[in-house]
Amino acid sequence: MDWLQQLINGISLGSIYALIALGYTMVYGIIKLINFAHGDVFMLGAFIGFFAITRWEMGFIPALIIAMVVCSIIGMIIERVAYKRLRNATRIAALTTAIGVSFLIEYTMIFFRGATPEAYPQVLPQTNINILGANINSQTIFILVVTIILMILLQFIVHKTKIGKAMRAVSHDADAARLMGINVDNTISATFAIGSALAGAAGVIFGSYYTRIDPLMGVLPGLKAFIAAVLGGIGSIPGAMVGGFILGIIETVVSAVGYSLWRDAAAFIILILILILRPAGIFGKNIREKV
Amino acid sequence: MKKSKAFWGYLAFALVIYAVVQGMLASGMLDLYYQNMLITICINVMLAVSLHIVIGVTGQFSIGHAGFMAVGAYISAICTMKLGLPFIVGIILAGIVAAVAGLLVGVPSLRLKGDYLAIATLGFAEIIRIVFLNVDYVGGAAGMVVNHATTWTYAFVGVVITIMVISNFTNSRHGRGCLAIREDEIAADAMGINTTYYKVVAFVIGSLFAGVAGALYAHNFYIIQPTAFNFLKSFEILIYIVLGGLGSLSGSVMAAIFLTAISQYLQAFPETRMIIYSVVLIIVMLYRPTGLMGTKELKDLFKVKNRGGSEA
Repeated sequence: MDWLQQLINGISLGSIYALIALGYTMVYGIIKLINFAHGDVFMLGAFIGFFAITRWEMGFIPALIIAMVVCSIIGMIIERVAYKRLRNATRIAALTTAIGVSFLIEYTMIFFRGATPEAYPQVLPQTNINILGANINSQTIFILVVTIILMILLQFIVHKTKIGKAMRAVSHDADAARLMGINVDNTISATFAIGSALAGAAGVIFGSYYTRIDPLMGVLPGLKAFIAAVLGGIGSIPGAMVGGFILGIIETVVSAVGYSLWRDAAAFIILILILILRPAGIFGKNIREKV
Repeated sequence: MKKSKAFWGYLAFALVIYAVVQGMLASGMLDLYYQNMLITICINVMLAVSLHIVIGVTGQFSIGHAGFMAVGAYISAICTMKLGLPFIVGIILAGIVAAVAGLLVGVPSLRLKGDYLAIATLGFAEIIRIVFLNVDYVGGAAGMVVNHATTWTYAFVGVVITIMVISNFTNSRHGRGCLAIREDEIAADAMGINTTYYKVVAFVIGSLFAGVAGALYAHNFYIIQPTAFNFLKSFEILIYIVLGGLGSLSGSVMAAIFLTAISQYLQAFPETRMIIYSVVLIIVMLYRPTGLMGTKELKDLFKVKNRGGSEA
């Protein structure tokens, strides 16, 4: 039952991608900006969780919550300082700024603590459970449960609360939403806060699953999560989840077949194929450009 | 008539610069450290100008320029180290193969716009890098040892040809087509400009010179590794043209010279250098989104000063 084990591995990798992709897709949906710094918020989340566990000797769940809170504050600061002025700027200016913010976070981190990787402590119980002949780590199941709870929570916020309704309204038409009395600035801040909190949670989960973190760890998962968001249809929340899981499973399969060095290339090939064949993604709507 | 006069003027100016620097090198006034710095500046100017034609002139946001540089670097290294061909043949082949790579990447991805195009070019550049990483013939992750062959003469001639071709292209019929696409793609299309054709042409020319710059780079640093051509390198090239002004050739040349000189002094502190780069980039984007020079050229600045003079 090797394939079942690979499938579970793929799903747990995919759940991390999905959590990061949600932040990308929410931000893109609301201000049409690819937030390149999102992968670095994920990295900061991993480090905050690491400090919470090693310095303050917290458990997994408190560390996760602290990382989410701090990351949501960082996300809001990034939005207020760097992106707010660029709402009406050209795409090139906005994208360049986002890349700049990303590098600023990475290299400030390296400047203060060096580029050496850190080993994440074991915080989750490690027992192997035998399901249908596949050896599954209890940690994997725990991570999957946490991810699914976070996604259900997000669905609840977006669809059942007032701020969620405001977010959907602003992403649909910011000017009309403003006319209806919605505070657009606060709504955008809230979107960044929620997206960054999910990225922070993904950071802690990534750290405890792969046990190795470093200041540049956010680059590749950030790009992959972006691919997942595009795959699912950028701007669509269920799309980001599905895209994340699909990408995680594909990557695991490519590794399992014996092409682990080509794993990253596979992700980028998927990106290019989806951009060329169906730019709107699986769940996206095709929007025609108006003159 | 006027145009060709200006052209010969610039060429004479370039010759004077070359002669002065060559004289200083020959007489030993500039030692190896400065010679290396001058070559690095030349390579970066070529990269900046070759990206300028894609982003600045045609308005297509590509953030995967290091990928074409990698193609040029590896192809030229294979030519000189594995096949034993002369360096000049390696440079030319590097340019040709990089241009073909540019064509292959450009035709499918230039149908995309804005953010999607940026991400697609980034993806292609990463794929190119991963291919070199996994091919044992070129050394894989350990890289490839390359002889030192780049001299100041090669580098400077490369810069002059790059600037000449690209500035002449910009002032030609093709260049005006590209500028029209930058200003408004739909309007350009409606005016009967074959937008796909011009975008691909600009992209291929940009890739060609990036490949040549890659060849010079490979033969200047003794070793080439796939990590040297990652996203960070594309970002560095992007900074040159963004800082200099999107659409300003002289601006991107000056920014490339200035930033390369600074980064040579900050070589011992790579983190500080990246922090400075990114802070500068963010501040410029927030307060002057068109870059320092905007779309103006250096000579436009002088024209304003002596308005009504004999210049017109």
